[in-house]
Amino acid sequence: MDRYVLLVGLSGLLFSVGLLGIVIRRNLLVVMMCLEIMLNAVVLSFVTFASQNQNVSGAAMSFFIYVAASCEIALAMAIVVLLVKRRGSLDLSVHQVLKG
Amino acid sequence: MIEILIGFFGVLAVLCAVLVLVLRQPMRSSLALVGLMINLAAIYACLGAHVVAVFQVLIYVGAVMVFMVYTIMLLDERDKSYQQPFSKLLIPGLVAAALCTAALGCLVAGMETTTARAIDAGLFGFNRFSKVFMQNYWFHFELATVLLLVGILAAWTALKEARDEQG
Repeated sequence: MDRYVLLVGLSGLLFSVGLLGIVIRRNLLVVMMCLEIMLNAVVLSFVTFASQNQNVSGAAMSFFIYVAASCEIALAMAIVVLLVKRRGSLDLSVHQVLKG
Repeated sequence: MIEILIGFFGVLAVLCAVLVLVLRQPMRSSLALVGLMINLAAIYACLGAHVVAVFQVLIYVGAVMVFMVYTIMLLDERDKSYQQPFSKLLIPGLVAAALCTAALGCLVAGMETTTARAIDAGLFGFNRFSKVFMQNYWFHFELATVLLLVGILAAWTALKEARDEQG
C-alpha cells in the first residue's frame, strides 16, 4: 500500500468519524467541531491528490476551503450564541421545535 | 521514512478525532481537535505541501479554533448535554458509520497504487505556489473575499436583530 492510498483511506476514515460525531453528539459546539473534522478530511484528500499528481490545483482548492471554513465558523458561532440566549441550553434536544 | 512519519501522524490524527467524539466537555474536545489539525499539518509537511501546512496552522488552528474556544468560554458550563453527551441515535449512528467506513475502505482498496514520486519541494513552496495561485486563481480569490464580507455582514445582522429584540 503506497502513501497516497493510505492517506485517501485516512481521509475517508476521518470523514466517517466526523459524520458519526454529528449524528451521536448532543452538544451543539461539539457537532460544529465534528463538521470541522469532515472539512479537514476533505482538505486532506485534496492535498493528497495534488501531491500525487504534482499539481497545484488541489492546494489552491484547500486554500478556498479554509476561506469557506472561516466564514462558516464565524456565522455558526453567532447562531449558536443566539440559540443559547433564546433557549438557554446547548443541548440539541431543546432546539427541536419542528415536531410532527 | 516518510511513510513511517505519515503513518505515525495518521494514527495520532485518528486518535484525536475519536477523542473529539468521546470527551464530555467541549473545551477538551476543542483541544483534541487542535491536536488533529496539527497532526494533519505534519502530514502535509511530509508530503511537501509546506504552504498548506502553514495555512492549516495559521488559519484553522490560529483563527477558527481560537474563535471556537472564545465561544466555549462565553457559554454556560452547567449544560444538560454534559451529563448525557450522546443522543438516542448512538447505536444506529455507530452502525451507519461502520457501514460507511467499510464502503470507503472497499473503494480505497480498489485504488491503483502508484510509485511515490520524489517530493518536489519547490512546487508547493511559497514562491512558486504564490505565482501559480495569483496567475490562475486570482479571480476565485477575489470572489472568496466577497464571500467573507457576506459572512461578516450576516453575522453582524443576526446579532443586531437579537439585540433589537431584547430591548
